[in-house]
Amino acid sequence: MTEHIVVVGGGTGGTVLANDLADRLDAEIDAGDVRVSLINDDPDHVYKPVWLYVPFGQREPADGRRPLADLVDDRVDLRIDRVTEIDTDAKRLRLQGSPQSVGYDYLTLATGSTLAPEEIPGLAEGGHDFYSESGATALREELLSFTEGTLVLSVVGTPHMCPAAPLEFVFMADSWFRERGLREDVDIVYTYPIQRVHGNPHIAEWARPIMDERGIEVETFFNTEAVDPEARTITSMEGTELDYDLLVDIPPHSGVDLIEAAGLGDGWVDVDRHTLEAEAAEDVYALGDTADTGVPNAGSVAHYQAGVVGQRLASEVRGRPPTATYDGKTLCFVETGMDAASFVEFDYENPPSPAPPSEKLHWSKLAYNESYWLTARGLL
Amino acid sequence: MTDTDVEYDESVDARGAACPGPLMDLIGKMRDVDSGTVVRLVSDNDRSLTDVPEWAAEAGNDLLAVEEGEDHNEFYVEKA
Repeated sequence: MTEHIVVVGGGTGGTVLANDLADRLDAEIDAGDVRVSLINDDPDHVYKPVWLYVPFGQREPADGRRPLADLVDDRVDLRIDRVTEIDTDAKRLRLQGSPQSVGYDYLTLATGSTLAPEEIPGLAEGGHDFYSESGATALREELLSFTEGTLVLSVVGTPHMCPAAPLEFVFMADSWFRERGLREDVDIVYTYPIQRVHGNPHIAEWARPIMDERGIEVETFFNTEAVDPEARTITSMEGTELDYDLLVDIPPHSGVDLIEAAGLGDGWVDVDRHTLEAEAAEDVYALGDTADTGVPNAGSVAHYQAGVVGQRLASEVRGRPPTATYDGKTLCFVETGMDAASFVEFDYENPPSPAPPSEKLHWSKLAYNESYWLTARGLL
Repeated sequence: MTDTDVEYDESVDARGAACPGPLMDLIGKMRDVDSGTVVRLVSDNDRSLTDVPEWAAEAGNDLLAVEEGEDHNEFYVEKA
């Protein structure tokens, strides 16, 4: 009997996992003992970190898109469709574009985050984001012609994708306006929901002095309650109101509805944070943003978790005890300007210690962004 | 403030959430409730002992009680 492994979601986690399985289980797949399917609702794979550079005119959204068919091993059955229902008892998936349901023996959910700006009144109308292709493109139109006034970067939703990106954006904006001789005419204000500038206290302690030194104003304990696009104000639950000329926001995020409908978690799948197995169903894994592990929603996390799930699934189909576990490993380059970056690496046990910013790390980040496509293909 | 027996209307169990998860879970719940609602937060993250009182004071909500346990703490916050 052929064991069917289904991966839902063709972002970093799902794509790396599908290619990892094709490599680990090549003999079993060629013999017809195992089938690996990757289901995604978009024919393209999207590399989201490119979007940080779009508003500054340094990248195009197309730089972050490639056809999944070009990235995924030929041993993987690639199916472009949208999963609408998961039945973990019957081990079947319903698809939007097909009357036939799909059975699985092992399922991995890598459906990622979606944006939910509608949760905050006025946010969609009054704010701009760089967390979507359309958002980054629209923000570029505003930012390239922005020469004076107050730019507010508000972290509205947490947890959100790429926790370093809001800091990176204000550091880059500061550097970019300075280089163009406009910094004295532009005020940059950064708001964050808790009492420091980043969720991780070690990164917050590192970033705050840099912000102070560069004149980036900080408003902590700022949980956005509403935006008034006409008056150009943003107000918090804590009672603070800020004026803005350009509002850049990190919108609220949500998981996909079918996870909650399947009883696997509240939008995010409740998992064992070491094995990444779902708590509410057998033979179901989750990884990346989809897995509620408490670690950052970052591509590096999805990448490392894919290796763990790949090893565990390969062991399972071979009838061996799975031994690989995820240790919380997270790795991020953090831009600190237009030509310098820092670097952090941490896990469940070891906190981050940001490296001194350097031009070398900045170019390392850009070089990795170019070589990312090797990661997606399972080669790096 | 220990061994309290405060009645609450809503509860958020944030055990297992990494910092600042528990505080953000509480804030998320407080967004959805009406003035006068008492929310209980259950957290096993020690930073909540400073995070939650600081946020409650900043937001003008009343921290009615903190019940410290061996493996978790409970916070009772009334929305202003």
